[in-house]
Amino acid sequence: MLIYKATELVNFAQGDLLMLGAFVAYMSVAWWKLDYWVAFLIAVVVVGAFGALLDAVVLRRVIGQPQFAVVMLTIGLGAMFRTFASVTWGSEIYTLPTPFGGVTTIGGVTLSHQYLSIIVGTLLLCGALYVFFTHTRIGVAMQATSQNQLAAYYMGIPVKLIFSLIWAISAGVSAVAGILLSPVTLIDTNMGLAVAFKAFAAAVLGGFGSIPGALVGGIIIGLIELYAGATLSEGLKNTAPYIVMLVVLAIRPQGLFGTLARKKV
Amino acid sequence: MAEPILKVANIETYYGPIMAIRGVSFEVPEGGIVTILGSNGAGKTTVLKTICGVMDPQKGSVVFQGREIQRMDPDKVMRLGISHVPEGREVFPFLTVRENLRMGAFTRRDSDGVAQDLEAVFGYFPVLRERADQRAGSLSGGEQQMLAISRALMARPKVMLLDEPSLGLSPKLVKDIFDIIVRINRERGVTILLVEQNANMALQTADYGYVLEVGRIVMADTCERLVEKEDIKEFYLGIKEQGARGQRRWKKRKTWR
Repeated sequence: MLIYKATELVNFAQGDLLMLGAFVAYMSVAWWKLDYWVAFLIAVVVVGAFGALLDAVVLRRVIGQPQFAVVMLTIGLGAMFRTFASVTWGSEIYTLPTPFGGVTTIGGVTLSHQYLSIIVGTLLLCGALYVFFTHTRIGVAMQATSQNQLAAYYMGIPVKLIFSLIWAISAGVSAVAGILLSPVTLIDTNMGLAVAFKAFAAAVLGGFGSIPGALVGGIIIGLIELYAGATLSEGLKNTAPYIVMLVVLAIRPQGLFGTLARKKV
Repeated sequence: MAEPILKVANIETYYGPIMAIRGVSFEVPEGGIVTILGSNGAGKTTVLKTICGVMDPQKGSVVFQGREIQRMDPDKVMRLGISHVPEGREVFPFLTVRENLRMGAFTRRDSDGVAQDLEAVFGYFPVLRERADQRAGSLSGGEQQMLAISRALMARPKVMLLDEPSLGLSPKLVKDIFDIIVRINRERGVTILLVEQNANMALQTADYGYVLEVGRIVMADTCERLVEKEDIKEFYLGIKEQGARGQRRWKKRKTWR
């Protein structure tokens, strides 16, 4: 969910890729009786490949078009995926059986292993992505491509391939997120939407393009939701994060951690 | 003259319906420095973009080392040994200086050679060594220009295309950068095609020059002879005949029109 903040392309279908990932994993486990970890791997690879395909077939055509076209396209794609999912899997709610049962108590706080798996998984993922983007040739080339496409061309970086790879990775990461989240949100065709909106709010709050910002933004959104749920009326629980987001944007348009890029002439 | 390393013949390039290059031909001899002069909108940048493959010509050919490269993808052209220092530097603002330079060597596999070239580049521009771990976006305009040149050099090119390296720099810096360009040419044998508005500097630096106006080459000669021409003096170097200013201005026409 975080990568796209780094590539300056907002993907509103991200949440739905996440949903697809969860469904693929569910299918592998429930229908084909595969092991959880195998299913995990399958989901990541399948959705990742799907992401690359999406880029090659659909999104490459809108490169160079205004940002708005991309936004509309991804929203449309998201809607398509949701419809596709509800046609294929129906509108029931599924649960993905996970190997994470039981609870652990750390310093007086009791955590179920399911939540723990989400936290650890997220940390591992972020760590891996961070290392990839800053320490590998391809990772740095991806950053370079997102910062200045034309110059990337001049450097002999195969820009189109890089774009497909970025999509594959981001779709794969979405799938991971979908699987990790599935015990909490349960799997249904709209699970992606709710998550994507919150993630979007978190990213905006933290400052677009800033990965630590997005993480902190996510924590803030989560906390606000929690407190709003406890102290305010039920309806406000879901709107409170967005109200805060608006206020923050009014005061600090670049987000809490964002840096405004100033171009030197 | 030996067979030119780069030969452009009758290229015509369009931006949509607008013809930006109207049949331009020129040659760049191996190991030389050739300049293309021209004012705003003459089509200088378009010529370079056509050579390096970012834009495709409708007609004509670009021949590099005996091989036609028009309509080739820019990353392939780059691999053949043509690097481009784009107008306005176009560094990667959020990468460090070192990472920017590594990106310049993206197409290369020999890490020893890359490390060597990194040292060589730091030798040409010591200030980049000091700034190696800063984000490129935080550099001054001059430093960014140095970085852009260095980044192109990291690919160990045979030909370097330089688009307005003097843009927005102080005269002192322009002088320094042109000195380095000459050194790169002499010491590393890199052929240079230099596109400039700063005709004075360009003519001092290059061996041979072409004058481009509204998409056409209107004059071609050695730089020594070009500086002597009246039109060049008046329109590109700003040297005007004394006493005749105001009155003569409207009468005076370029001889090639």
